[in-house]
Amino acid sequence: MFRDIYITLFGFVRTFGALQLFFLQLLVHSPGIFIRRFGLVIGQVYNAGALSLVIIMVCGFFVGGVLGLQGFSNLAKFNAEDSVGAVAALALVKELGPVITALLFAGRAGTALASEIGLMKATDQLSAMEMMAVDPIRRIVVPRFLGGVISMPLLAAVFSMVGLLGAHVVCVMLLGVDVGSFWQQMAQAVEVADIHEGIVKSIVFGIAASLLAVWEGYNAIPTAEGVGRATTRTVVISAIVVLIFDFMITAVAL
Amino acid sequence: MDAVSDNLIEINDLTYSFGARTIFKALNLTIKRGQVTAIMGPSGTGKTTLLRLVTRQLVPDHGVILVNGVDIATQSQNELYRMRQRFGMLFQNGALLTDLTVFENVAFPLREHTRLTNRLIRHVVLTKLHAVGLRGAADMTPMQLSGGMARRVALARAMVMDPDILIYDEPFVGLDPISMGVIVRLVRRMNDALGISSIIVSHDVQEISTVADCSYLISDGKVAASGSPDELNRASSELVRQFMHGMADGPVAFHFDAPDYEEQLLGRDAE
Repeated sequence: MFRDIYITLFGFVRTFGALQLFFLQLLVHSPGIFIRRFGLVIGQVYNAGALSLVIIMVCGFFVGGVLGLQGFSNLAKFNAEDSVGAVAALALVKELGPVITALLFAGRAGTALASEIGLMKATDQLSAMEMMAVDPIRRIVVPRFLGGVISMPLLAAVFSMVGLLGAHVVCVMLLGVDVGSFWQQMAQAVEVADIHEGIVKSIVFGIAASLLAVWEGYNAIPTAEGVGRATTRTVVISAIVVLIFDFMITAVAL
Repeated sequence: MDAVSDNLIEINDLTYSFGARTIFKALNLTIKRGQVTAIMGPSGTGKTTLLRLVTRQLVPDHGVILVNGVDIATQSQNELYRMRQRFGMLFQNGALLTDLTVFENVAFPLREHTRLTNRLIRHVVLTKLHAVGLRGAADMTPMQLSGGMARRVALARAMVMDPDILIYDEPFVGLDPISMGVIVRLVRRMNDALGISSIIVSHDVQEISTVADCSYLISDGKVAASGSPDELNRASSELVRQFMHGMADGPVAFHFDAPDYEEQLLGRDAE
């Protein structure tokens, strides 16, 4: 049994080390690709970001709406229902915006990245590029990574914004909270540091989710089963990593 | 030209293992400039592996591979990439980039490596597509192509940088007789018209015989026989005869290694 534990631990450390080297490799190539092949990066911002907009906005609207409902019914017990705007805004900007966006991003864009790269590998497209003296890391992986890293904070911002709109619709338009105090209390409660925390989180989650997606795709076993497994792992590992990072950043920020 | 520079690729004493399995044991092989050289062998002898070794997608355990007299193991990544621009490779399934059109697939190496204007790129790409008879398919996507067409597009792409060496990995597999004939004719025509060298990995004895100048038969990690197709056809070795005439059993056994048949069916394990 100790042997099994040893092998598992050893494998984990080795994979983790390889992942860091891979990350370094991406970082080294990123500035060059960003400047010289900006078109490729923009294409991927479209794939990872623009194509995720609808799902992000729909989810954001309903999450904001639920926050409004829950906030209203609980705060009403203390006659504090006017503060519901502040509660919803803090929850969205600091926690739910970045975290739910990252989870949705991993499910929508991360899986697409992992399966696309994995399938390119399985159908020899990456080898063919190597043979054409084109480095697949630079041509395929880095633009997709950068596209994800750029998209994620933007998506999180859209999510929070649409979420506030959802809370407004539910609280002000349906439940009759005063529109002035809804926004006034929100503006007073939310500080710049809160927004910074949300931005830092969404950037870190964006890097983590994009890195894991391209890593899983690039290292997928080049078979149908292998690509399927890589896709699943992308979602599962991204979710775990995002929640762990969320805890860590929150702990530091407090 | 002196004798040394006649050899485009020289493989000396090559040993390569994949996991516990030794694929090549002290393999020696020479590929001459300007010829169509075929590398044949039963399935699973590592023919494709050999191509990947020659282009350094894999690194040998032992031995030296010289391309144009240069040891490829000593090259930096930049030198290697510059060398690969002199190679054109046709993969078994074409390996076209599925997110690009046929035109953009053929234009891909030009866009990556040159600063040609769009007009010039269009000109070059259409010329190459015309050479493989698919100028009319320029706007199609790889998904819309048949297997034979995909391979012809891949051939156009392999040629677009005007390489010195064209490498074909199993170009005849799974093609109907007409497509096969087209590819065979293209291989020969490209080689002679462009003055390049070609390497074909295949086990289609019939097609190889019509197109190759020189063939190597690889078995058990070694060169089992070499020479022109005629010489191989007349060879006396059991193995060569089995392969060239497609006999089911011989030195290459019909049965994969297995425990004794009677023992397995009737012995104690059977219960």
